[in-house]
Amino acid sequence: MIWDYATAILAAGSTTLLVAVSSLIVATLLGLAAAFAKLSGSVALRSLAGAYTFVVRGIPDLVVMLLVFYSLPALLNQGVDALGWDMRIEFSPIAAGIATLGVIFGAYMTETFKTALQNISKGQVEAAIAYGLTRRRMFVRIMMPQLIRLALPGFTNNWLVLAKGTALVSLIGLQDVMFRAKGAAEATAMPFTFYLVAAAFYLLLTMISIALLSLAGRNFDVGIRKLSP
Amino acid sequence: MNWGVISENLPLYLEGAKLTLLLTFASLAISFFLAVPLSFLRNSNNRIFRYGVLGYTLVFRGTPLLVQLFLIYFGLAQFGMVRDSVLWPWLSDPLVCVIAAFVLNTTAYTTEIFAGGLRHIPVGEIEAARAFGMSGLTQARRILIPAMLTRSLPLYGNEMIMMLHATSLASTVTLLEVTGVARMITLNYYIQFEPYVTAAAIYLALTFVLVSVFQIVQKRWAGYLETRIG
Repeated sequence: MIWDYATAILAAGSTTLLVAVSSLIVATLLGLAAAFAKLSGSVALRSLAGAYTFVVRGIPDLVVMLLVFYSLPALLNQGVDALGWDMRIEFSPIAAGIATLGVIFGAYMTETFKTALQNISKGQVEAAIAYGLTRRRMFVRIMMPQLIRLALPGFTNNWLVLAKGTALVSLIGLQDVMFRAKGAAEATAMPFTFYLVAAAFYLLLTMISIALLSLAGRNFDVGIRKLSP
Repeated sequence: MNWGVISENLPLYLEGAKLTLLLTFASLAISFFLAVPLSFLRNSNNRIFRYGVLGYTLVFRGTPLLVQLFLIYFGLAQFGMVRDSVLWPWLSDPLVCVIAAFVLNTTAYTTEIFAGGLRHIPVGEIEAARAFGMSGLTQARRILIPAMLTRSLPLYGNEMIMMLHATSLASTVTLLEVTGVARMITLNYYIQFEPYVTAAAIYLALTFVLVSVFQIVQKRWAGYLETRIG
């Protein structure tokens, strides 16, 4: 019986991974866009991106999630009522979960990417301009490879926090590892055992991520000289 | 919009904010005194200590705080030995469980931050302390710990903010801190928008104050580490 519950918990790992990877993609895109906005010449874009990171990083993840899942539909429904339409807006837990984690970690990614962009040496960009590369080619060929190398440590860190942060989606009813662990704990009166199974899952995910990303780091560091100790 | 409900319940939010701050600073204060010695053990020459502490930080940094909290609050009741022990009145109290989980979690992060700071102290400072004939304890008290703390300040500041935000999880085990209060109001009045927005505004204000205080602290005690211009 314990075994059945444990496999059911671990099977929900696919949901956890789906939420984590989808939010990572959202966060990366948002982070890139906001990082460029922060470094752009336009005051409006800069202050918009600044407000975004300030607000999101100033509020706990759980509260942002409750805001997206409960408050936002409530606000939209009030608008709908005011317009006299007959409909109810509700978010699915998975969409709300991905959107929330994406928006939260987008703010952390913004800082990571911003610092990385600032650390790309100016000469490289100037050389690309001198070669007459278009902006797009300059980004893809010159800036991107260096951005990945410089941002990888911060990116890894954000991913680790994000992967653990997915446990919160269980609180809005998404059937992830944590949700199933809670179900098993309540059904069997063996909470310690099953929360421990969930803990083991997250620990394994963290370990595998660290191993894979440090391997990737070695790959992107090729050609970079280290100071001899 | 039902902002009237919020202004009627402002005293509740005030109580909630007090509990949020209590949880934050109690956890941080206890974990500080645990993390300082642990960070020395983390850098010790003795392998058992070094890897023992590493194992602890790895496990607590590698699993979600929510899982750790549930393991302590719901999990411990599984064992009859715990239920029958004299500690049970304590261990069944959500406040005690929450603080225990927060302390275990933030101590793991703080230990790694301090241990990193300790590793980055210039060798010359330690050699100078030895040349002065300081004993190990005096070295730690007068040279290593102050240098370690000032070097760790920026990261430790982040950890404090993380802790402030993590206290929102206490609402999942019935505690009425800011998030718990917001949740209770949504259930009592059946409104979903205003309570959470108010909670968010309170956290934003608390974060802002904490960050500002931290910048002053950093200028005062870690200013000597900054590069001087001109």
